[in-house]
Amino acid sequence: MSASPASRPHAARNTLLRMIAGRIGAAFLTLILVSLVVFTISDLLPGDAAQEALGQSATPAQVAALRHEMGLDRPAYVRFGSWITGLAGGDAGQSLVANMPVGEIIRERLPNSLLLAALTTLVAVPLALTIGISSAMNRGGRLDRALNVATLSMVALPEFLVATIAVLIFSVKLRWLPSISMLPEQATWGQFFETFAMPVFSLCVVVIAQMARMTRAAVIDQLDRPYVEMALLKGLSPARVVIRHVLPNAVGPIVNAMALSLSYLLGGAIIVETIFNYPGLASLMVNAVTSRDMPLLQACAMIFCAVYLLLMLLADVTAIVANPRLRSA
Amino acid sequence: MSDPATAPDTPHVPPHVPPHVTVTNLRIAARGPDGQDIVIVDDVSFAIPKGEVLALIGESGSGKTTIALSLLGHVRPGAAITGGSITVGDAAIRSLTPAALRDLRGNRIAYVAQSAASAFNPSRTLMDQVVEPALIHDLLPRPAAEAKAVELFRALGLPKPDTIGQRYPHQLSGGQLQRLMAAMALITDPELVILDEPTTALDVTTQIGVLQAFRAVVRDRGTTAVYVSHDLAVVAQMADHIVVLNRGRVRETGRVHQILQSPRDDYTKTLMAAAHPVVEAAQDKPRTAPVPLLQIEGLTAGYGRVDAQGRPAVPVLRDIGLTLHRGEILGVIGESGSGKSTLARVIAGLLPPARGRISLDGAPLAPGLDGRSRDDFRRVQIVFQNADVALNPAHSVGQILKRPLAFYHGLTGAAADARVAELLERIQLPRTLADRPCTDLSGGQKQRVNLARALAAGPDLILCDEVTSALDTVVGAAILDLLADLRRELGIAMVFISHDISTVRAICDDILVLYSGDVVDQGPRAAFGSPPHHPYTDLLIRSVPEMRPGWLPEGLGAPALPPIDPLAGDADLCRFLPRCNVRVAGLCDRIAPPRHDLAAGNAILCHLEEGPLAVAQRAEALV
Ligand SMILES: Nc1ncnc2c1ncn2[C@@H]1O[C@H](COP(=O)(O)OP(=O)(O)OP(=O)(O)O)[C@@H](O)[C@H]1O
Ligand code: SF4
Ligand SMILES: [Mg+2]
Repeated sequence: MSASPASRPHAARNTLLRMIAGRIGAAFLTLILVSLVVFTISDLLPGDAAQEALGQSATPAQVAALRHEMGLDRPAYVRFGSWITGLAGGDAGQSLVANMPVGEIIRERLPNSLLLAALTTLVAVPLALTIGISSAMNRGGRLDRALNVATLSMVALPEFLVATIAVLIFSVKLRWLPSISMLPEQATWGQFFETFAMPVFSLCVVVIAQMARMTRAAVIDQLDRPYVEMALLKGLSPARVVIRHVLPNAVGPIVNAMALSLSYLLGGAIIVETIFNYPGLASLMVNAVTSRDMPLLQACAMIFCAVYLLLMLLADVTAIVANPRLRSA
Repeated sequence: MSDPATAPDTPHVPPHVPPHVTVTNLRIAARGPDGQDIVIVDDVSFAIPKGEVLALIGESGSGKTTIALSLLGHVRPGAAITGGSITVGDAAIRSLTPAALRDLRGNRIAYVAQSAASAFNPSRTLMDQVVEPALIHDLLPRPAAEAKAVELFRALGLPKPDTIGQRYPHQLSGGQLQRLMAAMALITDPELVILDEPTTALDVTTQIGVLQAFRAVVRDRGTTAVYVSHDLAVVAQMADHIVVLNRGRVRETGRVHQILQSPRDDYTKTLMAAAHPVVEAAQDKPRTAPVPLLQIEGLTAGYGRVDAQGRPAVPVLRDIGLTLHRGEILGVIGESGSGKSTLARVIAGLLPPARGRISLDGAPLAPGLDGRSRDDFRRVQIVFQNADVALNPAHSVGQILKRPLAFYHGLTGAAADARVAELLERIQLPRTLADRPCTDLSGGQKQRVNLARALAAGPDLILCDEVTSALDTVVGAAILDLLADLRRELGIAMVFISHDISTVRAICDDILVLYSGDVVDQGPRAAFGSPPHHPYTDLLIRSVPEMRPGWLPEGLGAPALPPIDPLAGDADLCRFLPRCNVRVAGLCDRIAPPRHDLAAGNAILCHLEEGPLAVAQRAEALV
């Protein structure tokens, strides 16, 4: 952003760095707490991988032997300790079902999930900003009311419904798009589009609506401030007032809203990936739950939580950097 | 809608010179909550010759701001110009396209808003905002605009003109921001500047420098100006013409001298009378009770933790002592942040002091709320500035008054109803108001209900914290009269807190001047009539604008102060030192000032004796 004030720029930068360091520390602490919770909950889930692997006909002795082999009979705190130290060193353990390192499975799926999230963000954020800002600038006008109705009904639509309807229309009825999203090796742009059109669309609907509504609220909150009237009386056009004056003040709340909505994508991804059979992290996690593959489940859960915390951290830091009061306190 | 034939003549404009600004039969309406149009400006006409200053004066809600904004072709959302014409130079404002209006705004016509603190964008540097009008209208390249801004900062008497632009609004004081806003308005050399109550939010001592700066730059540039204000005395310093407004209509138009010396309209006369409150003070009867009602000794208070030496983390009041007898009013005056409200909070028990004793009728009063009995609460009541915050909007006036009646006196049913009626009569409101929600009341009525609630307890002492500051002069003057009645008829003592020395001088028996938490001057009202005073009291009194043109000294800001040791910063030195114009190097910047009595009966906290103070302050009066 612009230069810090002439007085004590050094001290100002230091307080800024200290605040950001504080936020990062807090995020780490939360992550550790979360790991505890994830571990405890997955421990409480009924059934275990040994039982699952051997099937219903296995004798208790067989199950116990396998449990011992898998290390499942050690006390919980020992398992937690070895799990968390392994995780810190990049070793998420061995998948109990696939019999290969969890890290390897995730390495295969993670890029797919990131690609889906990136595409959705790329489509959703600019659209949501445009809708939210134009809605706010026309507050009470016809455009605002129309967009309001549209976003309100979009918020109310669950992903599975959007996805199912999209499949019914585009795959079943019109036969334009495949109902399963598998990106072939060396895909053409056309295939790329076909693969992602429906999943991205299903995820965008809700996220755009949420973000647009929050953006509108944040911008309107600023539009009511006296400095906006002052800017208009200086001869600025409404568009310029919004870009030069309102957005710098609204960026904190807007980024916060974006981060919240994008973290919501994580949940939406589970449904969308399942419906379109997309090989991402979310469907992996669902599989891990059904097969009681605890190490895999725990690793997936930790990734989701870390992403969530990262998004929140980003929003916090943006809000601090954008606010001169915090920046130069 | 309007009939040009009925446009009134504008007598002060020679017919052959076209005026620079002409407003004819202007009518502005807003859509009310019930869908009905409410006329907020009705048939207003005036004209301003080039290079002159016209003041729009009137109370809150009289339509001043609405008219001022319409000169820029702007109306607030919900309102619309429904008739009349506005011309500025060759531009007929009402027929301009939005783009043409934008070309005019911030370029040929500039606006200075009421509260600079909220009119600046909090997240951009001041320089960015000050040069913006010149940049968007393509008048100057950025470096030239910045150079010009620095020149303006200097002309407006801002400190560190070269670097002040790199700061953010929250880093400057209200007075400085107001000047920066003037610089922003003047950067494009506008032909018309509109100043909307530019000094209302400031302390008197700050206001004076800002007024001088405004007047100097507007005059030097031959700019035409519209000055919006509710303060006749300020207007007398700034304007050539006055338009008196009331409920959106023009009551009187004329030259400053004519309006101030021989107002023709009744409403103008009321406004003038309210500007000099004259309240019947209590007769000087001898004090019968030897024990004062309220006595405070060695009081130190503040916020945050108290350390081993009994000093709070954020010290506010230092070593305060005062006495107040039954039926008397003690005025507490000082600028914003001097600790006036903190004093009231301490007396009321809302903030336990770090040190010191408070006694009521000779008996010590517990420092905090937990130590006080219900009867202690009853005897000391507090009334705040903002009646809106204090009154629960969900309750009717009757319900609000019955709560203290039940709490302190166990009154309910018909007895309570009768007492409510009595109280309403006491505060001069109709009995029928008892059933109305307090949201239906005007500001003045709310403040009366607020007072009645304090009276319902049957107190010995009422702490009035800026009770008239949020009200218009006329309404405020009526409340002052009511307070004087209550004191005279019920014998209630009051601590009357205000930042306005003329109000305090009108109503109080004794006056106490706070500066940054120190009592710097304390004594009977008579002692505040003529010098010598404490140097800060003197500054306060001299800063209150008088209603004669030419009162505002020429030049820019205060003259240079005597030099002192720049390292002086000991907590016990005189706190007024950095602003004192009679300070003595080697004394004031070395040793804590003593408290001593002056002949007129007041005690001051200052190194200077009667003689030197009198000489210095008489000399000032002559300048
Ligand atoms: N947009 C609007 N919609 C409805 N009523 C309005 C609108 N603008 C102003 N009013 C009303 O018009 C009257 C005049 O308002 P205006 O702001 O011009 O008063 P003012 O004299 O500047 O008051 P103050 O001294 O409080 O600033 C008030 O009663 C106000 O409530
Ligand atoms: S003690 Fe000195 S600095 Fe303080 S008010 Fe008196 S003369 Fe001024
Ligand atoms: Mg106003």
